[in-house]
Amino acid sequence: MNSNDSNRYYFRFSLGQRYLHGLVIITFLGLAATGMTLRFSEREWAKWLAQMTGGFAAVLSLHKLCAVLISAGFLYHVGDILFRATVKKEQGVFWGPNSMTPQPKDALDLYQMLRWFLWMGPEPKFDHFAYWEKFDYWAVFWGMAIIGFSGYMMWFGPFFARLVPGYVLNIALLIHGEEALLAVWFIFIIHFFNSHLRPEKFPLDPVIFTGRVSGGEYRHERPLDYSRLDESGGLEMLRSDPPPRWLNNFSRLITVVSVSIGFSLLVLTLIAFWTE
Amino acid sequence: MAHGSRRMVSGFGRTVCVIAAMLLSAVAVAQPAPTKAQPAPTKAQPAPTKVLTDSDCLSCHNLKASAKLQARPVSVYVNAEIFQPSIHAKLGCVACHSDIHAFPHPESVQPVSCAGCHASQTSAFAGSVHAIAEREKKSRFPACLNCHGNPHGMRAKIDPKSRVYPLNLPRTCGTCHGNPELARKYGFPDVYGLYMDSIHGFALTSDGLLVAATCASCHGAHDILSRKDPKSRTFWKNVPATCGACHAGVEVDYLAGAHGTAMVAGRANAPVCTNCHTAHQIAQVGVANWQIKTVATCGNCHKKRLYSYRDTFHGQVTELGFVATARCWSCHGPHLILPASNPKSKVAPANLQATCGKCHHGVTASFVTYEPHPNPHDRKQNPALYFAALFMNLLLLGVFLFFGLHTALWLVRSLMGGSRGKHNGVSGEQ
Repeated sequence: MNSNDSNRYYFRFSLGQRYLHGLVIITFLGLAATGMTLRFSEREWAKWLAQMTGGFAAVLSLHKLCAVLISAGFLYHVGDILFRATVKKEQGVFWGPNSMTPQPKDALDLYQMLRWFLWMGPEPKFDHFAYWEKFDYWAVFWGMAIIGFSGYMMWFGPFFARLVPGYVLNIALLIHGEEALLAVWFIFIIHFFNSHLRPEKFPLDPVIFTGRVSGGEYRHERPLDYSRLDESGGLEMLRSDPPPRWLNNFSRLITVVSVSIGFSLLVLTLIAFWTE
Repeated sequence: MAHGSRRMVSGFGRTVCVIAAMLLSAVAVAQPAPTKAQPAPTKAQPAPTKVLTDSDCLSCHNLKASAKLQARPVSVYVNAEIFQPSIHAKLGCVACHSDIHAFPHPESVQPVSCAGCHASQTSAFAGSVHAIAEREKKSRFPACLNCHGNPHGMRAKIDPKSRVYPLNLPRTCGTCHGNPELARKYGFPDVYGLYMDSIHGFALTSDGLLVAATCASCHGAHDILSRKDPKSRTFWKNVPATCGACHAGVEVDYLAGAHGTAMVAGRANAPVCTNCHTAHQIAQVGVANWQIKTVATCGNCHKKRLYSYRDTFHGQVTELGFVATARCWSCHGPHLILPASNPKSKVAPANLQATCGKCHHGVTASFVTYEPHPNPHDRKQNPALYFAALFMNLLLLGVFLFFGLHTALWLVRSLMGGSRGKHNGVSGEQ
């Protein structure tokens, strides 16, 4: 284990993953802003937003544009995983510490984390992905599948109504809207806190934007992953330059903008929901 | 030609004439004013008997400069240029001022009564809101001249210069009904502005249509009654017939529909034309703002249906203020509104495909099982929707209970120390 590793940087996210996250940020905010405008259409802010966007046709077009883009990202991601697992025959895509599949250790980590919250034990030692990151991932994954599918059902209502009864479109809107509320609130409260706003990270964790993490941070936060990589020599293959200044500033900018939009929508939708 | 002015008219006849009397009361001069053109007759002798001509009258009354003519409470000046082309000119002065036979005439002359010729109009007027208000001595409420204007310049109602010519009538009524101060003082409606902004007002002022409804088209001219009076044209049960005088096809549809049937049956809350279209500010139905407003209008009575409509894409889009999606009457029709149980209804099961198909292409029998008024709380209406809503609510509750607690505990634990410290990549920047 290298004791003087705080100035060394390692790649944690590939460029493709960072672009994908960027795409999700933009399209998710776009979908949330346009979708919540419809969901809470009785609110003055919603009417204002709809007018500012350029009317209902513009709102719906933007919503559909973002939907198509995020769907493309989703399909690309699924395709990439299948490609890595079947064509490239990468190991550990579907199972193991580097996979997104929940492991028995995740349940143990959660248990230990709750004990740590209550001063009943030490902080658990995490591997490549922590359990809350996996929850984030699967929440977004299934959220996209469910919201996306219900959305396309409504978009092509008469077509889907040939396959299922028309009242399924009622259910589609209900699920679309409620799952969207779940997604929006989850991302703007839980994900923002877990990944960026908790005291250890505040105001942001730039790793998803820069792709790079310092050795010290890596070792402290992912001790199991770090030591396994260190022992296998894989760590050196991940060595990177320090994140350039522009990239750090870009990270700050995108975080400030995203969190501002997110919190605005969060406050507006929470108030609207509790008073409706 | 009948002359009523000699009669000691009482009741309505007198009230009708109050204004006329004020304008035309006898010249209170001890003697007729001598003029340069006409030597004064000898005081001792009575005036020679002769048939009075209009020029005799005008020789005095046309003198605008005469201080005496204008020094009355109301001027008795008659402008010959205005009088000559007026509809009454051919009758001659004494046809109305029938108690004047000679010159000079007595100091006090009878007020002119219009009823002498216009008996049906004056008797119709006698029971009107205007006559009642005048009898209650509230003010100078309109007698004939308040609306018809200068008696010596009066024109036929088909004459564009008449104050009651259709294109001029709203302005005439608006003299009082467009004056907010008067309206407040006497408690009558100030509706001129509303009317002028309406489709009827635009048809009149912008398009210059004589067929456009003016005040009198709906309220009548002389016999205007309070809308609370069952005999009034604007009494709620009479409104469809009043509007139907022009909108005949709509009246037929309305009467055949649920609203008309309820109105005929005497259900007090049955809507008539004005409940949805308003009485004066009647909008052009193609205007988006109005189309949006009608959704709430229907919702005034159909509260639950509006609530469930708002839970659909249709309802959300119109709530935002856009007419791109279905509104109440897109599906139910505007006037011939029938319950779904009626086979003629647009929302009867057999007609749904055609009704939905107006907007949606490729509509099938399966498609129209869509519920345009879903109620997720009603298990009977649609169990699948009910349980989907229940599941989603529990999912939201579960996720946020767990992660809310998780986040709160984490925040407290991190703030109170014991974490492995701050490892912020940005702070490590060189």
